[in-house]
Amino acid sequence: MISFKINGKATKVDVDPNTPLLWVIRDHLQLTGTKYGCGMAQCGACTVHLDGRAIRSCVTPVSLASGKQVTTIEGLAETTLGKTVQAAWQEVDVPQCGYCQSGQIMSATALLKENPHPSEAQISAAMDGNLCRCGTYNSIRSAILKAAEHQGGTK
Amino acid sequence: MKTTIAQNPSRRKFLKNSAALMSGLVIGFYLPMKNGRVFAAEEHPKQIYPPNAFIRIAADDSITVIVNKSEMGQGVYTSLPMLIAEELEADWNRIRVESAPVAAVYNHTGFGMQLTGGSSSIPSSWEQLRRVGASARILLIRAAAQQWGVPESECHAASSWVIHTKSGNKSSYGALADAAAKLPLPETVELKSPKDFKLIGKSIKRLDTPEKINGSAQFGLDVYLPGMLTVLIARSPVFGGKVKSFNDTEARKLPGVQGIYQVPTGIAVAATGFWPAKTARDLLEIEWDEGPGAALSTPKMRAEYLELAKKPGLVARKDGDAVQGFKQAHKSISAEYEVPYLAHAAMEPLNVVVDLNTDHCTIWTGTQAQTMDRASAAKTAGLKPEQVEIHTTFLGGGFGRRANPRSDFVIEAVQVAKVIGKPVKIVWTREDDTRGGNYRPMWADHIEAAIAKDGKPLAWKHTIVGQSIIADTPFEAFMVRNGIDATSVEGAATLPYVIPNLQVELHSPKNAVPVQWWRSVGHSHTAFVVETMIDELAHLAGKDPVAYRLGILPAASRYRGVLQLAAKNAGWGKKKLPANHAYGVAVHQSFDSYVAEIAEVSLGNGKIRVHRVVAAVDCGMVINPDGVRQQIEGAIVYGLSAALHGAITLENGRVVQSNFHDYVPLRFSEMPQIEVHIVESSEHPTGIGEPGTPPIAPAVANAVFKLTGKRLRRMPFDQETLA
Repeated sequence: MISFKINGKATKVDVDPNTPLLWVIRDHLQLTGTKYGCGMAQCGACTVHLDGRAIRSCVTPVSLASGKQVTTIEGLAETTLGKTVQAAWQEVDVPQCGYCQSGQIMSATALLKENPHPSEAQISAAMDGNLCRCGTYNSIRSAILKAAEHQGGTK
Repeated sequence: MKTTIAQNPSRRKFLKNSAALMSGLVIGFYLPMKNGRVFAAEEHPKQIYPPNAFIRIAADDSITVIVNKSEMGQGVYTSLPMLIAEELEADWNRIRVESAPVAAVYNHTGFGMQLTGGSSSIPSSWEQLRRVGASARILLIRAAAQQWGVPESECHAASSWVIHTKSGNKSSYGALADAAAKLPLPETVELKSPKDFKLIGKSIKRLDTPEKINGSAQFGLDVYLPGMLTVLIARSPVFGGKVKSFNDTEARKLPGVQGIYQVPTGIAVAATGFWPAKTARDLLEIEWDEGPGAALSTPKMRAEYLELAKKPGLVARKDGDAVQGFKQAHKSISAEYEVPYLAHAAMEPLNVVVDLNTDHCTIWTGTQAQTMDRASAAKTAGLKPEQVEIHTTFLGGGFGRRANPRSDFVIEAVQVAKVIGKPVKIVWTREDDTRGGNYRPMWADHIEAAIAKDGKPLAWKHTIVGQSIIADTPFEAFMVRNGIDATSVEGAATLPYVIPNLQVELHSPKNAVPVQWWRSVGHSHTAFVVETMIDELAHLAGKDPVAYRLGILPAASRYRGVLQLAAKNAGWGKKKLPANHAYGVAVHQSFDSYVAEIAEVSLGNGKIRVHRVVAAVDCGMVINPDGVRQQIEGAIVYGLSAALHGAITLENGRVVQSNFHDYVPLRFSEMPQIEVHIVESSEHPTGIGEPGTPPIAPAVANAVFKLTGKRLRRMPFDQETLA
């Protein structure tokens, strides 16, 4: 039995400890906002926060989450920063097919938490692991810059 | 040009063919052809459609629009409701969207079946959905006028209200909906003049954004049914291979594994979730009867294709006399081009959920081709099409892959459901998806071209080699004429430049690799070939590439407008670019829309860097300018991924690539700035999902030539030596 908190809620799962956190989140907890894209940390669609840091849940064994806090896209709006990022995404109207966007938003939020005012180069480096086949990268950049601006404005 | 049913004898042939291929599928199928290609406009523009099939108005004044096209990112859940809301005079803030079930009323107005593809959603719905909205508005006004005992002509509609100004009466759509629904359909419907549009032409935010940023949007992979098993299938590593024998002893021991079954496409592992299914599948030992597909290797195929490209093929277009033309040539060149197989690689791997009972089959999947999939599922399940229900979820990208003319992923899922007898979710891993075939065909081209003394093209002979996408599909009767698949030569046989002696020929070899339409279909390769070759002719003539093109395009051509608009905004020939940067240009028409792209490129460590793309598009009247911008940007990124990195190759019949580390899409750090400029137009709207893809590869290749003097004639460019 592995215990951790997900989106603030204590949870226990009885699974093979090697099971990737992604599949525990999806198949066991049925939080489907976190996506499967590649299974080998190549696309970032599965990005969640583990104790506040962005990780690729498709290659993270659930055992590593034991005793920790997991945040998924469903719980992101619990924080002011999460809400700010989602609002910027809405303002720019970023998504096309939308499949990669949970992961993009989770990566962007983790970036802004560590670096509230990233340069374009820093954004590019931080977001390089998140693929989008619809080509929304420029909208993502605009949304991150907007979120940084809004965040600054509320300081 | 429009062809009606009665005048189109091949329609009967289609129905006969389709009956053989997909028994149970009885559909009205009209494919009017223009330039040998499907013309996606409406067959019956004046038809009155029952508004209640598309619009549901609730007592609380919310309006649900039932959308008959699949939302795969292209924005149809916003743009199509805009068409209805415009004429309905609806309060846009109260619009909701629902995906349509499978029913004849939701058929594509040009294709006669439910299908999302061919960049045709807007052009084929433009009249239809505005008429739907207008019909509903007329009925709501009529219902109000009757209740108030006043003439209809004294009432008007605005923002989901019917208003009678004289008496001050006012009633909301929600309050009138029941009465309006009981009225007969109006006999005539007048549509607004474009000058009165309130929504059309404005950048309206997407209706699907809120659920796509909070994780609640439901894709196929997000469907969970009680008691459902997750199924992964071990498929043949070679196309066309079959299971000879298998040993599942170890796999069966894994906790969570519920059963292992041989199915027509391989060995299916059913488990309580993805992870046990995946780990059990890894433990299977399977011996395959590989068949002739095992002989396929890319280097050998390339050599064969290039050899074939030198031989006479079927003639797809013949103007003048190419042989004579070359004899009079001032200067001439010849070149070979090659492009590889490409996987669609949508972010969401393929998946299907099936709940099959003795008399009913319910399917949840992100499909672009509901009618074909339903017919195929019914045939597989031994049911009638009416007994099959398809719920179209959001599609995590489609790009053509989710409109399979053989219904490959749906048929397989129903086959599995039949064997397992429980609700199942078939999940393709990224590796399955990458290696699953149904690729953009590999192509080889040979071109010989000559200019006259004045520098203008005199002769052009283009020979194309590649598998037919359409052969052996239900579309064959319409889109293959005299052995020529229109999609194989589109963009080449439709070359717009004035060339007196022009010949285009085609070879369509067959092999075991299944091929399919991939964003922009044939144009994805022909634009690269013809637009780099035209650039070579400009160079040969010593002319500027934009000026050269303008000099050989017909006077009234819509190509000119986009070329000039892109050149103006890029500062072509005027703007001073940073050192070691160069511009390259290309212009192409596909899906009746015209796009010019100018790419600003530099090279660093032998790597191509695209800094900026200036695009100009003429897609007729624009519904949602921001939607157009999104599609052009996305199409450029999709085309650039393929141009720079994309290749599926075979070794002993096995696909070499497997995941995003070796089938590499464009990443954030490679993203160019993109500007999209739209030509103002009052023409009928045309396609926008695909036309942005074809020009980017030649634009980049032409810029690389300017920088290095080296012509790129093979994709992907990252495998070419640039120094």
